[in-house]
Amino acid sequence: MAQVVFREATKTFDGVTALDHLDLEARDGELLVLLGPSGCGKTTALRLVAGLEEPDSGEVLIGEQVVNDVEPKDRDVAMVFQSYALYPHLSVRRNVEFPLRQRGVDPAERRRRVAEVTESLGLGDYLDRKPRQLSGGQRQRVALARAIVRSPRAFLMDEPLSNLDAALRLQTRADIVALQQRLGTTTLYVTHDQVEAMTMGHRIAVMDRGALQQVDGPQAIYDHPANAFVARFVGNPGMNLLPLLAVHEGPPAAYGDVPGGTVPLGAPFVTDPALARAAAVVQGASSPSLLAGIRPEHLRLGEDGTIDATVLIVEVLGAEVHVLCTLLDGTSKIVVRQEAAARRPGAGEGVRLVASPGTVHVFTGVSGARVGGSS
Amino acid sequence: MPSHRRRHPHFRRRSRHVVRYVLLTLGALVVLAPIYLTVVNSLLPVSALAQRPPPLVPTSPQWGDYATAWSQGDLGVYLRNSAIQTGVIVAGQLTTSILAAYAFAFLRFPLRRVLFVVFLATLMIPFEVTLVTNTTTISDFGWYNTFQGLTVPFLATGFGTFLVRQAFLQIPRDLREAATLDGYGHLRFLLRVAVPLARPALGALGVFSFLAAWNQYLWPLVVTGNGNGVRTVQIGLKLLQGTQVSHLNVALAGTVIAVVPLLVLLVGFQKHLVRSLTGGAVK
Repeated sequence: MAQVVFREATKTFDGVTALDHLDLEARDGELLVLLGPSGCGKTTALRLVAGLEEPDSGEVLIGEQVVNDVEPKDRDVAMVFQSYALYPHLSVRRNVEFPLRQRGVDPAERRRRVAEVTESLGLGDYLDRKPRQLSGGQRQRVALARAIVRSPRAFLMDEPLSNLDAALRLQTRADIVALQQRLGTTTLYVTHDQVEAMTMGHRIAVMDRGALQQVDGPQAIYDHPANAFVARFVGNPGMNLLPLLAVHEGPPAAYGDVPGGTVPLGAPFVTDPALARAAAVVQGASSPSLLAGIRPEHLRLGEDGTIDATVLIVEVLGAEVHVLCTLLDGTSKIVVRQEAAARRPGAGEGVRLVASPGTVHVFTGVSGARVGGSS
Repeated sequence: MPSHRRRHPHFRRRSRHVVRYVLLTLGALVVLAPIYLTVVNSLLPVSALAQRPPPLVPTSPQWGDYATAWSQGDLGVYLRNSAIQTGVIVAGQLTTSILAAYAFAFLRFPLRRVLFVVFLATLMIPFEVTLVTNTTTISDFGWYNTFQGLTVPFLATGFGTFLVRQAFLQIPRDLREAATLDGYGHLRFLLRVAVPLARPALGALGVFSFLAAWNQYLWPLVVTGNGNGVRTVQIGLKLLQGTQVSHLNVALAGTVIAVVPLLVLLVGFQKHLVRSLTGGAVK
């Protein structure tokens, strides 16, 4: 077991930067999720650790060792591919023992380890089947078995659940977490699914356009997104981001103007000096240079509301309801999450929205960096 | 009225089937008739061959003609020579095609595309164009009347490289990378993963090169001389025909004997052949 570290790791493909000076550490025994949209560089990062790509600059360390020039086979990492990458002409048994044969493990030991691993993953009855005779979930478990059978220093998992149906994904997600906890092996887990990231990761590294946006525990990332991208990407639905037209210091705390109303910004300028500075900036700007971020669950419909909006669509999800509204400027959209039992407005109905005090985040409009607000 | 409507599409579908089967049967007749006539004529007595119309069924098969063809035509020796020549060419083409195809499919090297186009371009050069040059080269090497002379010019083929490369390209990149992480180098990956997965294409290539090598006539005629040291069965058949001018049935019996290995091969590899030719058509 070992930590995996990126130091200023950069990788470009044909002039396009896939990974931009990545500084990141997966701690020993940790399950670190790399989360981001397609093309954000998360898979490239994983491939750098595996040795399937070489960084243009910077270093990758496994344990204390810089592995830039170490052959993939000598890095002692195992990878689970999105496509599972099972050898179609080999049985489950041969697939699982494939890495052991190359390492010259003697046949008796090989049999013992294959039996132990396949038994623990519920594959004991399928050892003589070919991959095409297995279901998606079983193939996925074979891929996992092949990874863990050699007891590597780190697991690299590249969207291993994305080919499974929803129910199976839920089950396998729990299986992988349990497995990782049992083995305690450092794991880098790549996904674009923020629910997967939130439920599985000890920590989450959110990436966008090759750059690390934020790395922290799931709850911290959700509660304190470092920028507008993280705020929007994490959460389902993501955080509402509204143009903040002006920021006022008003008793008892600061508040901001958004199209069609106002939102409470939570802290007086004196306790949040960043807000005071932002207020000065926004006053002099010709177009909105700040964004107010509000999670859908921190909004509710009510007569005491401070934002006027018109209902566009009402989505019923069973346990909860999402109400999508437009603000008075006609372009800004806002989603309200409410309980199924609450009164459901109809499409086209005018409503008033209330943002809970202390829940509004403020980001700059240009860089998206966090300015202040909800603490 | 409704029953008429129901019957109409059924009738059309059926008549389409009938037309299709009639056409297929006609096609099969065109292909099989010469083979059938060869077998029938090889079993007829010489006198019956001159009958008009010729008999279509041998009423008293002359199996002795086969023994005559075998012994007088030295077919045993010629078949052995053809087997060696064909075996070497098939093995050579499979080996070189696998290696070249692997390079084109999995390795990155300068001018890869250009070189592949050059490989493909060789398909457009007819064998006859290179006949004189190849003959001179073989003579210069002192390979006239040797198995090297018969086989070496055919050990590599652009077609084989193309066919196997296409099969290798179907292998997902993830498999190569998984094998890399497991410590498998190029040669091991080639032997343990790529070749087993490309078996249908390799089977088809084997059959194609077997057919082409077994049926060669011009090249063995040019590079082999008197004496039956390395002459192949096609040359042997021509010689048999020459010595049995008045016994066409014996020459035809020799032809049937020479075709038997091809039939065995085609029946044995039919599955591979069809799978390879239709590979990728359906998921």
